[in-house]
Amino acid sequence: MNFLKWPTIEFSKAGLLFTIVTFLLFPALSNVMPAKAEGTLELIKKRNVLTCGVTQGLPGFSAPDDKGRWHGIDADFCRAVAVAVLGDADAIKFVPLSAKVRFTALQSGEIDLLARNTTWTMHRDTALGIQFIGANYYDGQGFIVKKDIGVTSVRELDGASICANAGTTTELNVADYFRSNGMEYDISSFEKSEEAVAAYDAGRCDAYTTDQSGLYAQRQRLVDPDAHIVLNEVISKEPLSPAVRQGDDVWADIVRWVHYAMLNAEELGVNSQNIDSMKASPNPSIRRLLGVEGSFGESLGLDNDWATRVILKVGNYGESFDRNLGAGSELKIERGLNALWTQGGLQFAPPIR
Amino acid sequence: MVSAFIGLVWWLIDNTVANLARQNVATGFGFLDNNTGFDINQKLIAYDETSSYLRLLLVGLLNTAIVSVLGILLATVIGFMVGLARLSDNWLVSKLAFIYVEIFRNLPLLIQILFWYVLLIELLPHPKKSFSLWEVFFLNNRGLYLPWFTTLPGGGYLLWVLGLFGAGWFYVAHKARKMRELTGHNKAYARNYILIGVICLGGYLSLWGVPFEADLPALKGFNFRGGLSFTPEFVALLVALSLYTASFIAEIVRAGVLSVSKGQFEAAKALGLPTSVSMNKVIIPQAMRVIIPPLTSQYLNLTKNSSLAAAIAYPELVSVFAGTALNQTGQAVEIIFITMSIYLFLSLLTSFLMNTYNARVALVEK
Ligand SMILES: N[C@@H](CCC(=O)N[C@@H](CS)C(=O)NCC(=O)O)C(=O)O
Repeated sequence: MNFLKWPTIEFSKAGLLFTIVTFLLFPALSNVMPAKAEGTLELIKKRNVLTCGVTQGLPGFSAPDDKGRWHGIDADFCRAVAVAVLGDADAIKFVPLSAKVRFTALQSGEIDLLARNTTWTMHRDTALGIQFIGANYYDGQGFIVKKDIGVTSVRELDGASICANAGTTTELNVADYFRSNGMEYDISSFEKSEEAVAAYDAGRCDAYTTDQSGLYAQRQRLVDPDAHIVLNEVISKEPLSPAVRQGDDVWADIVRWVHYAMLNAEELGVNSQNIDSMKASPNPSIRRLLGVEGSFGESLGLDNDWATRVILKVGNYGESFDRNLGAGSELKIERGLNALWTQGGLQFAPPIR
Repeated sequence: MVSAFIGLVWWLIDNTVANLARQNVATGFGFLDNNTGFDINQKLIAYDETSSYLRLLLVGLLNTAIVSVLGILLATVIGFMVGLARLSDNWLVSKLAFIYVEIFRNLPLLIQILFWYVLLIELLPHPKKSFSLWEVFFLNNRGLYLPWFTTLPGGGYLLWVLGLFGAGWFYVAHKARKMRELTGHNKAYARNYILIGVICLGGYLSLWGVPFEADLPALKGFNFRGGLSFTPEFVALLVALSLYTASFIAEIVRAGVLSVSKGQFEAAKALGLPTSVSMNKVIIPQAMRVIIPPLTSQYLNLTKNSSLAAAIAYPELVSVFAGTALNQTGQAVEIIFITMSIYLFLSLLTSFLMNTYNARVALVEK
C-alpha cells in the first residue's frame, strides 16, 4: 500500500481518514431528521412561514411572473394553506424543485407541503414516507408532435425519439406503453422541463411527452406553437395531488380540508366576491363552512374563520381553476374531469359537518 | 477509542434505520433486484425497462467511465499541445493558446456543456436530411452513426482470442527488447508471433467462415437504426469536458516546463539537439514530476464534473442512479451511499494509477 505514502497524493493520511469517516457516517448524518416531537403545524406557526415545494416553472400550476410572484393552481393551493394556518396568504417560501428531487425535499423536512403537479401512485404513497391529500387536478399523459410529421395517433410513433422529464411517472408510462404495444423508441430524459422542451423544439426528439395539462402549458414556450399539435389520446391516469410527510396526521388533515373547503365553497356557490353576503345565508352548510355555526376550524387546530380567509384571499376551487388554467387564463383548458361531481366531473369533497 | 468510534457508527446507523421505518420509507438493498420500469438513451451493455436497478447502476457507471476515460485522453492531448504552444516563440501561436486558456477556463462548465449541446441539436439536420458519407456514415441531430458489425455464433469467442493475442504482443515485444539488450542480436520473435497469428486466423476463417456480419446504419421510420452510434448528449459532454479540462492542463504543463531549469535547455542546445528532441527527451521528462500531481486532480475533477450531464439527458451514474433511480425508489440513503462508494473508489483508483506512473518517471536519486 505504498501509494498512500506518496507525498504527491491528493489524500494525506488525515485527509483520507476524514473522508472515510465522513463517508461512513454519511447515511446516518443525512438522516438526522427534523425533530419529531414537534408537529408540523407548531413548527410553521413558530417560524411564521410555510415552505411549499413547487415546480421550477410550469404555467398554470406554479410559475413565477416577472416580479417573482408565483401563480398557478398549485401556487394558489400553497397560499390557501398559508392563509388558513397563518392568516397571511404571503407567508410562504416557495421552493422550486425538479421532479427528481421533490420527494427527498419533502422527506427531509426542507418543505412542509409539496404542491407540484405530482401524480398520486401507490408506490409513492406507500414507500416514500409521504402522503397524498387528494387530487386537485385529474390528468392523463399526452404527447405533442410537430404537425408536419403527419402523426395523428400515439400508435404511429413506433421508432420515434421522445423527450421527457427524469424522475417522473412519464418515463415509466412511456416504457409501459411502447413495450406493451411492441413499439420501439428512444427516450431522452431531462432534469428540467425547460431543457426537455428546448431539445424537442430544436428537433432532438420527434415528440415531447408529459401530463396533458403540462403540454398545453409548455406549448406556449415553443418558438412556433402553432406548428405543433397535442395528440388527443392519453396513455395513463395522472391524478395530480399535493402531498405531505407521512406521520403527522394533524397536518395532513389541515391540508386536506383546505382543499375540501375550496371544493365545498364552489359547490355551495360561495366565492371571493360574494362571501360577505354569504355569511348571512340561512343555508346551514354555508354557515358551517364559514364558521358562523359550529367549531370545525377549532377541531382542525385552527380558528373558525379558516375557510373564510381561504375563500376571501384565494377563492373557491372553480375561481382558482379559471384564473390559472381555464377560461380566464391563456391556457383555456376545459374543466372536463375537473368539473364538480354535480356537473359530471370527478371533483368531490366530503361534507363539512 | 476504536470501539467508541464503532459504537458511534453503530448508533447512527441504528438510529437512521429506526427513523426511516417510523417514516414508512422503504429501506434495504432489496430494491436493486426490482425492475426499473424506464429506459435511457445510452447503454453500453444490454438494458431495457425490464432490467433491474443493479443493471442500471452498471449501465450508469459504464457511461460515466467511458466519457471520463475518453475525456481524460482528449484533455491530456489538447492540454499538452496548448500548454506547449503557449511557450512557443511564435507570437501568434502563443497568443492563440493564451486566448484558448482564458476562454475555456473562465466560462462555467455547465454553460459550455449546454453550448455544445444546443449547437449540435440546432445546427445538425433532421434524420431525413442527414449528412452522409458513402451512405454508410451518417450525421444528424439524433447522433453520429458509423458502420459496425455484429457477431455470428463463434464471433464472440474469436474476439476474445484476438484480444488475448493482442495482449500477448506486449509480452513478446518486451521479451524481444530484453533479448536485444542482453545479447545484441535481433531475434525474430515479433515477426514469428505475427506470422503464427496470421496463419491461425487464416486457418480458422477458411474452416469456419467469417463469424461477423456488417451492421450498417439505415433510416427506418423516424430514426437511423443499426451501426454504432453516438448521441449528441455524449458528444457534447465529451467535447465540453475535454476542452474545459484541457485549459487547466495547459497551464499545468506550462508551469511544469517553466520549472525545469534554464540550464537544461541550454545544455540540450549545446549538444546540438533539435528543439523537438530536447523538448521530448530532456525537458518534458523532467517537467512530468511537477505536472503529474496537479494533473491527477484534473483527472479527478473531470470524472466528477461528468455529473453535470443531467442537464442534457446524458445518463451517467449521478443523473441516472443518484437522480432518477433515487426518485423512483425513494431510497436516498442506500443510493447515495452506493454512489459515494463508487466515486471514492474511482478517485482512489485514479490516484493509484497516477502515483504508480509517477513512481516510474520520478528521478531516481543516485
Ligand atoms: N405528474 C408527473 C410529472 C410531473 C412533472 O414533473 N412534470 C414536468 C413537466 S409538465 C414539470 O412539472 N416540470 C416543471 C419543472 O421542470 O420544474 C409526475 O408526478 O411524475
